[in-house]
Amino acid sequence: MELIVLLKAVPDLTEELEIDAAGTGLATEWLTWVASEWDEYAVEEALQLKESFGATVTCLALDTGSVDELLATCLARGADRVLKVGSFERPPDSHTAARAFAAALGGLSYDLVLTGVQAIDDVDGQVGPLLGAALDLPHVSVVTHIALATDGKSATVNQEYAGGIVGEFEVDLPAILGVQTSREVPRYAPVSRVRQLLKTAEIGHLDAPADGGSGLIVEAMEVPKADHQAEMIGGNADAIAARLVEILRERGLTSGSAR
Amino acid sequence: MSGTILVLVEHRDGVVADATFELLGRARTLASAASVEVEAVLLGSGVDDLVGQLGAADRVVLIDDPALAEFTPSGYHSALVPVVRDRAPLLVLAANTGVGMDVAAGLSMATGLALAAYAIDVTVAGGSPLVTCQLYAGKINARVRFADGRGIVTLVVGTAPAEPGNVAGSPPIERIGVAASDGRIRFRRFIRPEAGDVDITRESILVSVGRGIGERENLELVEELATVLGGVVSSSRPIADAGWLPRTRQVGKSGQRVKPRLYLALGISGAPEHLEGMRGADLIIAVNTDPRAPIYGVANYGAVADVIDVVPALTKQLRG
Ligand SMILES: Cc1cc2nc3c(=O)[nH]c(=O)nc-3n(C[C@H](O)[C@H](O)[C@H](O)COP(=O)(O)OP(=O)(O)OC[C@H]3O[C@@H](n4cnc5c(N)ncnc54)[C@H](O)[C@@H]3O)c2cc1C
Ligand SMILES: Nc1ncnc2c1ncn2[C@@H]1O[C@H](COP(=O)(O)O)[C@@H](O)[C@H]1O
Repeated sequence: MELIVLLKAVPDLTEELEIDAAGTGLATEWLTWVASEWDEYAVEEALQLKESFGATVTCLALDTGSVDELLATCLARGADRVLKVGSFERPPDSHTAARAFAAALGGLSYDLVLTGVQAIDDVDGQVGPLLGAALDLPHVSVVTHIALATDGKSATVNQEYAGGIVGEFEVDLPAILGVQTSREVPRYAPVSRVRQLLKTAEIGHLDAPADGGSGLIVEAMEVPKADHQAEMIGGNADAIAARLVEILRERGLTSGSAR
Repeated sequence: MSGTILVLVEHRDGVVADATFELLGRARTLASAASVEVEAVLLGSGVDDLVGQLGAADRVVLIDDPALAEFTPSGYHSALVPVVRDRAPLLVLAANTGVGMDVAAGLSMATGLALAAYAIDVTVAGGSPLVTCQLYAGKINARVRFADGRGIVTLVVGTAPAEPGNVAGSPPIERIGVAASDGRIRFRRFIRPEAGDVDITRESILVSVGRGIGERENLELVEELATVLGGVVSSSRPIADAGWLPRTRQVGKSGQRVKPRLYLALGISGAPEHLEGMRGADLIIAVNTDPRAPIYGVANYGAVADVIDVVPALTKQLRG
């Protein structure tokens, strides 16, 4: 069984985001990048399948200039091989990314491709289903559980809907799955090990086209005025609590305290 | 040519989803602005009964086939691609649900129509659509157009009212056969959640916690607050993923949609998938250390503060 995981780095949302001078993108100069949350689940799920079923895990990232640490972390966690794909000056749109992966995957053998269900930085949809259509492979998104058939020819997967309802599907392999969550919390990769691998690990490279585009024209990006509705309450914790009690009293929402 | 807006109908157990009514309502407004028709695309097996719920559409394009009895990504994809190719619509509207996410991107790649995802608004100006999309978990909005003037939009659930699109009627039906069926993904069954200890959709006070709570131990503080308020504790998805609270307490896209009298959001950033489940609450109060947290965009009151300080202070004062 050969498993491939696609992963990328995204801006750290705990830092302030700013719009670039053109007003159509993010100012990337000061950004801190972190692994996309759902990709961590995809890697973990791949490693779980490797351990329970026996498989090789290959992690792929588009080469946007700064993915070595992301890939070294995959190796530290237990991936067998990591590869950079294409060459990009900045993170491309999802359509371009999917075309690049479609080309790169042509040179690899695989049974299952795992992606994160979505990432926070795209406007033109998710790479998983785009790639599925490009390669004519079955794709399921929002996957919360994966079980491989013993013959390795199909997988049973759960897709999650609103209200916690889950659809169970049987999928012929090879297939692409967008992972929403893994069976275990993503394992820890010791920083020292990642540092060491950054110096010693072999990161392969696959050629891929970098053109295409999404067919979208971004006219403007803006930071929505987050406080456009909320009335903000200042002061220390006690002052905030006092004001909240007032608000709740006015609305008759403190009766529970009598119980 | 581009004389139509296609709306993908989602349904389960014989009921059309609210998300679809939200789309139909939007489609009606857009259709008058662009002078085009609204066509609801209904896929299923033996689903003629559902047409009566789709009165907001000018026509229902019905693909009725045993292979479409339940949603499968490959089944819907292969049925929809020829419809979209043939009709060359101005817009295809799908909800940004599991189904919509599965279908929209594949449709975009297969038909060459561009896709604007995570949309919170669509308008038509000068005959061409203008879409507002949310990025970075709600921290940035992007205004986008389609280079071709036509495209696919997936709309975040809860960003338009359902009522205007929820109209009974008997729109004309156009039946279409399935061109080629794709059986590579087979539906097996639905797994329905077991009832939890409490039903958060019925509670009038929810004290909801997110990742900002930090440690599992801190849940105790929140439980105490919920007790003095006579409410229960609910959560964002990461708290349920971590197993700190049962899945039945999760609010949002893949959890419950709640409408309590009071929703206290403690250390919850307000990602679109969370807002989907709670923006309808009567009173929303948010406490978050990040002054730019998107949760303040839907809250009535907000405080930029540490939940670990505010929660015990509030509990204490409520006990008075
Ligand atoms: C298909 C799909 C379905 C999803 N369904 C759901 C769903 O049903 N429900 C859901 O909630 N999410 C859902 N998500 C996940 C969603 O995208 C977000 O990842 C999630 O809502 C974030 O949860 P959070 O706000 O608790 O965490 P974070 O986004 O990490 O936010 C934590 C917040 O806490 C604040 N904070 C940190 N420390 C403190 C402190 N000491 N005091 C006060 N504030 C503090 C931070 O400033 C931050 O704003 C879904 C995602 C996908 C892709
Ligand atoms: N540049 C990229 N490099 C590697 N994987 C990617 C890239 N862009 C998207 N992906 C994969 O596609 C998933 C969905 O991302 P997105 O399409 O941006 O919503 C991510 O979680 C990754 O698994």
